[in-house]
Amino acid sequence: MRVTKLRRFAVLMAAGTLVLAGCSSSSDEEGSGAYAGPVKDTPGTINVLAWPGYAEDGSTDPNVDWVTPFEKATGCTVNVKTYGTSDEAVQLMQGGGYDVISASGDASLRLIYGGDLQPVNLDLIPNYKDVFDNLKDRPWNTVDGKNYGVPHGRGANVLQYTIGKVNPAPTSWSVVWEPNSPAKGKITAYDSAIYIADAAVYLMSTKPELGITDPYALDQTQFDAAMALLAQQKPLVAEYWADYTKYIGAVQSGSITVGTSWQVIANVLNGEKETVGAVKPVEGATGWSDTWMISSKTEAIDCAYKWLNHIIEPSVNAQAAEYFGEAPANSKACALTASKDHCKLYHAEETDYWSNVYYWKTPTEKCLDGRTDVKCVPYAEWVKAWSSFRNS
Amino acid sequence: MSVIQQTRRYMHRNIGARISALLALPLFWLVVIYIGSLAALFITSIWKIDTFTSKVVREFTLQNFIDVFSDRAYFNVTIRTLFVAICVTLICAIIAIPMAFFMARIAKPKSRPVLIALVITPLWASYLVKIYAWRTMFYPEKGFINWLIEPLGGSSPGFGMVAVIIGLTYLWLPYMVLPIYAGMEKLPDSVIDASADLGAKSGRTFFDVILPITWPSIIAGSIFTFSLSMGDYITVQILGGTFQMLGNVVYQNFSLNLPFASAVALIPVLIMMVYLTSVRKTGALDNL
Repeated sequence: MRVTKLRRFAVLMAAGTLVLAGCSSSSDEEGSGAYAGPVKDTPGTINVLAWPGYAEDGSTDPNVDWVTPFEKATGCTVNVKTYGTSDEAVQLMQGGGYDVISASGDASLRLIYGGDLQPVNLDLIPNYKDVFDNLKDRPWNTVDGKNYGVPHGRGANVLQYTIGKVNPAPTSWSVVWEPNSPAKGKITAYDSAIYIADAAVYLMSTKPELGITDPYALDQTQFDAAMALLAQQKPLVAEYWADYTKYIGAVQSGSITVGTSWQVIANVLNGEKETVGAVKPVEGATGWSDTWMISSKTEAIDCAYKWLNHIIEPSVNAQAAEYFGEAPANSKACALTASKDHCKLYHAEETDYWSNVYYWKTPTEKCLDGRTDVKCVPYAEWVKAWSSFRNS
Repeated sequence: MSVIQQTRRYMHRNIGARISALLALPLFWLVVIYIGSLAALFITSIWKIDTFTSKVVREFTLQNFIDVFSDRAYFNVTIRTLFVAICVTLICAIIAIPMAFFMARIAKPKSRPVLIALVITPLWASYLVKIYAWRTMFYPEKGFINWLIEPLGGSSPGFGMVAVIIGLTYLWLPYMVLPIYAGMEKLPDSVIDASADLGAKSGRTFFDVILPITWPSIIAGSIFTFSLSMGDYITVQILGGTFQMLGNVVYQNFSLNLPFASAVALIPVLIMMVYLTSVRKTGALDNL
């Protein structure tokens, strides 16, 4: 009797496990080429995965809205979900259920090789022709000659400081890395493994003997030096941030006065009164170049293409770039920004400015800077090191 | 109609069918949702990932466990998590025992429902609202706690382990008070009277009579506070500053390395299993 019960229980358990395993298995098919078009007027719903500030539907600020006009014009319904780090974006996208995504360079390749995205037929996106040439066909949006999306905008991860609390106003990252920092204990850093690259950027100018040329191509010695710099910084840090609203609260309360930030955070903080400054320090900075991409599993392909075209429409691209605080990707957007010198302020048209902005990329074992005599530390190891570092 | 009647007749005749129909839902819950997810957790922890795309590859490996146990950082974080869970449990017990005693034995029976309602009220508010409220209180310079302590020459502890322990204690206190209250209410008056008749003072009665009898209910409360603290990561994120617990390790890794996160997530499961087995003899599990 007892044996039968046990056996029945075991069978049930095994069945349960099988059901679960069945639910979690997903097909890994590659996208089967780009959409041939033409883009039809099929109504539908698209779930948009975006950086905060990229797809505003009026819920943050009723005056900031370029989603509702799109919905009215096309009959497509848009649901927006925002994320805080590229890693989170990759996780959400792999989980499925999203049709389009604004991916940074450190997320896009992982998604393309994972089969989560489909090539994009740029002929179906009329606004693509106006995109800055130095953003077209770049390694983070184009693989094997296939384009995977439309560029949205780019920017640098700036050094933000509270005016009056950090004197003199910093122009170097040393204020967040050196033990004698005047802002000791009130420093913040980005809570993601990709932040290791920020340490590498600082080492590029302070320890040239390490020979770092690309902060995403670090061999073991260079990587260890970056981790040592992070360990030196840890006692100075008040909080690591990934949630930008929490960051804003901490700056307003005075518990954080300096650290890496996005221009959009500074813009929100300066909403009523100018309280913080944001600069690209002399050492250069990490940054992002973002691309709108389409899921390989989308069922609303027409709406997705319309969204991609809409989001880089000069007037919309201008609005989004200005709200987020970055350089727009569409060259015609510069004439349409509310503040006339927006593009000048964000150096949208200057090629020089971007020479020491290191766009987020996914580090791989094969060094991204072209070295072949050494192996570089791949991103999985960055993640491991970061997790261990944060918990040590 | 006839289908219903037929079913009814069949059920009436067949006791086995009746029992299985009754138990189907709870069994599904227990086996598939609860034990099944634990099994899935374990199975995931012995899989690999594709290091570039972070996708799970279903190949057997023990590397995740080697990573967890060979890295000193994860040993330290386990100890820190245990320490926080023990502190929260002890502080909750120290606050809850006198509270429950007052509610169950001293307060007028009429006012008891009101007192219970008051203990439960914090549970009506959202977890996040409460923790963000604590966050504003803990701000190092502008927070309420700093305002309170500053005149006395101290300063707010700021974000970190102390803030986490206080936050968690606040959150889980009702889960400690209620079982102890139930235990103390069941206590017959006669034992306390007998203790007094035999000459024991109130302190002795409390420590030698009341405490041993209500011990199982204290342990029952501690199971809640201990397990809830072991698994928490949101409070730690909001109040912890740079401080991290096991839950945060899982949170940090689940998106990029699910198998590793699963391996880490098994640590609190194991600790809870040890804890539950060790308290089983006190009869606490009958008090839940």
